Amino acid sequence: MKKITILFGVFILATQLAFAGGYKVGDKATDFRLKNVDGKTVSLSDYPDAKGFVVIFTCNHCPFSVAYEDRIIAIDQKYKGLGYPVIAINPNDSTVAPADSYSKMIVRAEEKGFTFPYLIDDNQQMTLTYGATRTPHVFLLEKTGDDLIVRYIGAIDYNHEFPEKVTKNYLTNAIDALLEGKTPDPGFTKAIGCTVKFAKKQRD
Amino acid sequence: MSVILLLTFLFPAVLSLNGQEVPVYSFAQFEQLLQKRNDTTYVLNFWATWCVPCVKELPDFEKAGVHFNNKKFRLVLVSLDFKSQINSSLIPFLKAKKIRSGVILLSEPDPNSWIDKVNRNWTGSIPMTIIYNRDFYFFREGSMSFSELENILTKNIIP
Repeated sequence: MKKITILFGVFILATQLAFAGGYKVGDKATDFRLKNVDGKTVSLSDYPDAKGFVVIFTCNHCPFSVAYEDRIIAIDQKYKGLGYPVIAINPNDSTVAPADSYSKMIVRAEEKGFTFPYLIDDNQQMTLTYGATRTPHVFLLEKTGDDLIVRYIGAIDYNHEFPEKVTKNYLTNAIDALLEGKTPDPGFTKAIGCTVKFAKKQRD
Repeated sequence: MSVILLLTFLFPAVLSLNGQEVPVYSFAQFEQLLQKRNDTTYVLNFWATWCVPCVKELPDFEKAGVHFNNKKFRLVLVSLDFKSQINSSLIPFLKAKKIRSGVILLSEPDPNSWIDKVNRNWTGSIPMTIIYNRDFYFFREGSMSFSELENILTKNIIP
């Protein structure tokens, strides 16, 4: 029996690792309930009027995340009213990345005046489920009936370093497409970013 | 011809160590390095000063660089640091850590357009390492140790 339990544990772990790729465009995404920087919890079900969600895995310490903070705020301010609020999730384990601890998230959210929830994925389950591998990593979800469908995965835009030189706004183009009833194209982009810092126990 | 190209591409990187300059490559320039499938074994390590696991594994790459120094082998540390921070972050880092390997900065917007051209399996996170020569190709998204590098290089460097 013990052996079976262990085997099952290994199987679960293996499944998690195998699905490290996470969601693909078109997949049904799961809702979550995670702790926000204000101490309350946030779930996507708290937004009955939203048309969808801009879920962004991001963090404090990563220079790419920092480079995008102002753009993320601008996207939230523009699209929240149109039905697509930003939901930011810090995927990192704070024992591996101390700068991404819950208390430091609170500080950063205040400093920058985040207009959106900044949630901590304490046990990294949502990070694994969604398949966030780097920060920032965007998952654009559309509400379809009772389901949340992944419509776009990837980068925020084309140029992390020089926002003024951006000519391809991948994320906002994708949201605009959904608002017009179209399919985002591209639905998937890659970007350079910081690796998600997984807790040691999950890796070893 | 290919030797001249090789020199053009790799010597600025090597010379940069003392000159404290880091050559900046566009992807088009960088791609020529990727296409060199000859009897030299290339180790391209993608890293950045802000990437903790990258910085942690650098000494292992430096050690491999010294270890295989007299072989047909080239180690290039491909920095993805921000171009605007070459003088404020990258060069001070290289000096402080006494990095002796060749360093280039890859600066090209729209990573989505070139990540797949480096390797289709690369999601875009670093550290990432590719090792290749005429007969061999290796890809790793994640950290590598000296012993892993030594093992792979010992088996695959073309004598």
